[in-house]
Amino acid sequence: MKKFDKERLLLAVAGPVMALVAAILLTSVVLLASGKNPIEPYNLMLQQIGYSDVQVLIINQASMYYIAALAVALGFRMNLFNIGVDGQYRLGAVMTAVVGAHVGLPAVLQVPLLLLVAILTGAFWAGIAGVLKVTRGVSEVVATIMLNAIATSLILYLTQTNTWGVQVGNNMTTGIMKKSGWIPGIDLGSDVGEIYGLVFLAAIIGVLYWLVLNRTRFGFDLRATGESETAAAASGVDAKRMTLTAMLISGGVAGLAGLPLLLGDSHTYSLTFPEGLGFTAIGIALLGRNNPGGIALAALLWAFLDKASPALDYATPVAYQKEIATIMQGLIVFAVVISYEVVRTWGLRRQQKRVGEELAAAAIDNSEKKEVAA
Amino acid sequence: MGITKRFPGVVANSDIRFSVRKGTVHALVGENGAGKSTLMKILYGMQKPDEGTIAVDGEHVTFSSPADAIARGIGMVHQHFMLADNLTVLENVVLGSEKLHGIGGGARKKIKEISDRYGLNVRPDLLVESLGVAERQRVEILKVLYRGARTLILDEPTAVLVPQEVDALFSNLRELKSEGLAVIFISHKLGEVLSVADEITVIRRGTTVGTAVPSATTPRQLAEMMVGSELPTPETAESTVTDKPVIEVDGLTVYAAGASLGAESEPTGGGLLGDLAVPGGAAKRVLDDVTFTIHAGEVMGIAGVEGNGQTELIDALIGLKNADSGTIGFLGDDITPWATRKRREKGIGYIPEDRHRHGLLLEAPLWENRILGHVTEKPNSKGVWLDIKGAQDDTRRIVEEYDVRTPGIDVTAASLSGGNQQKLIVGREMSHKPKFLIAAHPTRGVDVGAQAAIWDQIREARREGLAVLLISADLDELIGLSDTLRVIYDGRLVADADPATVTPEELGSAMTGAASGHLEHVEESAADGADDTAPEDEAR
Repeated sequence: MKKFDKERLLLAVAGPVMALVAAILLTSVVLLASGKNPIEPYNLMLQQIGYSDVQVLIINQASMYYIAALAVALGFRMNLFNIGVDGQYRLGAVMTAVVGAHVGLPAVLQVPLLLLVAILTGAFWAGIAGVLKVTRGVSEVVATIMLNAIATSLILYLTQTNTWGVQVGNNMTTGIMKKSGWIPGIDLGSDVGEIYGLVFLAAIIGVLYWLVLNRTRFGFDLRATGESETAAAASGVDAKRMTLTAMLISGGVAGLAGLPLLLGDSHTYSLTFPEGLGFTAIGIALLGRNNPGGIALAALLWAFLDKASPALDYATPVAYQKEIATIMQGLIVFAVVISYEVVRTWGLRRQQKRVGEELAAAAIDNSEKKEVAA
Repeated sequence: MGITKRFPGVVANSDIRFSVRKGTVHALVGENGAGKSTLMKILYGMQKPDEGTIAVDGEHVTFSSPADAIARGIGMVHQHFMLADNLTVLENVVLGSEKLHGIGGGARKKIKEISDRYGLNVRPDLLVESLGVAERQRVEILKVLYRGARTLILDEPTAVLVPQEVDALFSNLRELKSEGLAVIFISHKLGEVLSVADEITVIRRGTTVGTAVPSATTPRQLAEMMVGSELPTPETAESTVTDKPVIEVDGLTVYAAGASLGAESEPTGGGLLGDLAVPGGAAKRVLDDVTFTIHAGEVMGIAGVEGNGQTELIDALIGLKNADSGTIGFLGDDITPWATRKRREKGIGYIPEDRHRHGLLLEAPLWENRILGHVTEKPNSKGVWLDIKGAQDDTRRIVEEYDVRTPGIDVTAASLSGGNQQKLIVGREMSHKPKFLIAAHPTRGVDVGAQAAIWDQIREARREGLAVLLISADLDELIGLSDTLRVIYDGRLVADADPATVTPEELGSAMTGAASGHLEHVEESAADGADDTAPEDEAR
């Protein structure tokens, strides 16, 4: 039996590795085609890992990617494509920032309140798409894309000076949050920086994700729905309720994605708050195979490409474009989708064959034994 | 020819032989799952045979794709049309074969010519979306002829047509054969087959069981050939029927959801009788006023040609479909509003007719499949948490007790053969001591040994007071296992019979709507049956 476990592990690793190798090769082709050294940029980027300030940047960035990607992955596990993580995350951050700037409870109450606001906002925003899908059959893909656009406009409205906006220079912010809602980070010295305190929240969500999906009845129903909607329905899963619940949870998690930055560093939502996190998270969830461990690695890789690539622009003697990293990220997503499907079908077929062979071998064994007995 | 096609674990076709002559309509009949579709896919190059050969005009051929088949003059009209709605007829016809006659005047002229020659009455410049079902079908036929087909394969062509359209189609087919073309006509509607075919080949359990000439064959004889009777007879010993009702269905009616033509699943069986189509009229009743009671210790068998409401009946009982009217009582409770999970928790076991769609998570390991459907019950969970160890241990027990041939419980369900998958499902359902079991085709695709084992398990549970609704295409299984028998036709229970005396032929004729009421062995009841089954409102 061990054999099958080992093989499953091998297959699980084979997909991402194949994708990464393919993406690196293709990036090198691009570099060659533009007359650049096809290997040097990787060296330059890898050197960046050695610097502790870059490490901190990577970890901080990865924590946000991780939470957002978990939100996407949760939807994926039951065949829901929540493209709206980006809107849910930004709206969650805005509302948290606003509440944090206007409510001043002691920290023990303030922090849970802020987390709750983020979760509820994200869940509400995703829930709209969920309700539309369940009651009117609107594709969640379309609904969440639309809701992203609406969120953008809504945020613009919320950050105007006559609502909750506060102008700082030529940047619109939501005002500085009350100190009791700030979450201290791990200070590694002034030249290195701080690791966000909420990096731990990301880790906890990851553990919860695994626990709920793999160890609870609810998680089983959710996965069953993702694997075969018809079989899940026949087994007694209420598909509509499941869809709505999954959307709500996915949105709630998405709402938390901006908090490490918001509560740990910026303490206000401004026009410079990162956009597009939710879209990046889709690629990360794909690369991580919707598995919490895999997503963690994928988030770190993505953050590394983000944070190590700016150095390419300043490299001496030859500078490279930092967009090389963006090309690579794009190629990874492509390669991942293809290689996973290849590995999946190949693995399934291989297992069928091996089960057949083992059974045949067992049958021969049996008949031989019988002959001996006779 | 002798075509054999194996899929993992199942032999879909084995040693099929038949030949089609020019200028004839050759019908292939057989129950669903008999292997007709696989055979067609092989003939059309979509799949390759593992053994055997195909010869066209005396010449051996191998097709590796439909393109090869088309080049040899074989064309296929699929059951579900493959037309682009937003293109015109002309555009649809030339699509993919632009080289033949261009895409303009030449093609239009050719289409006209074919249309006139075979009386297809196709107008090239209409948008396909404006056409009715029958017209679309003629476009499909024309498409095939346009590509130079000399042999046409029609897969269940009448499934989507109303009777008048069927007649029109048949006269088209006669035109085709008078021009020297060969037509292979796949169907399981015996009446139609007899009226249009020159020769009939019957397929059962993946192999050809015989050839018949319509003029010398009755529907009854055909039904007998289709159903066969060479299997080990599943005999029930003494009756264990008690007077305690377990399931009471009263006036159960379900309407067809939308008029989705050709949407998934196989077609409905009825439709041969002279009913008028009501376009956009009242929804068809897929289940019409079904009433029955099954007692503890009773096996009630339902016979019927597939697509006559069995699926809907199962869905309504397990809670996948809501009853539009009528009630379902279970041990004194009205369970009509209950959700599927509650029904299962309370003791309704379910062996689905399509195990891949409804019974298994194919890419999940066996022990997760053991949890499926019983996630809230012991030994699979404790409170809201899964009891993985409990489920795994119990899976090992099922594998052992029900003789599921597998190297372990961590392999995916997809890697087991169909029979072993079925044994796992039966084991799973029986492990929860159901009080009522819905058994749809419990031994389909299962080898003879496993079949006997599954019958034994059902019989044993019956002795302990299990009520069973048995739906099967295998009439011997039905007759042998059931305590009472009902026949479903066009959504209604039209006849009942005593399994102790009824013969497969008698059941067969009731299944095609030719007989109704109580099927006495004395015969003669067939005559009065035909007219009181006149269907009222059909949307098709």
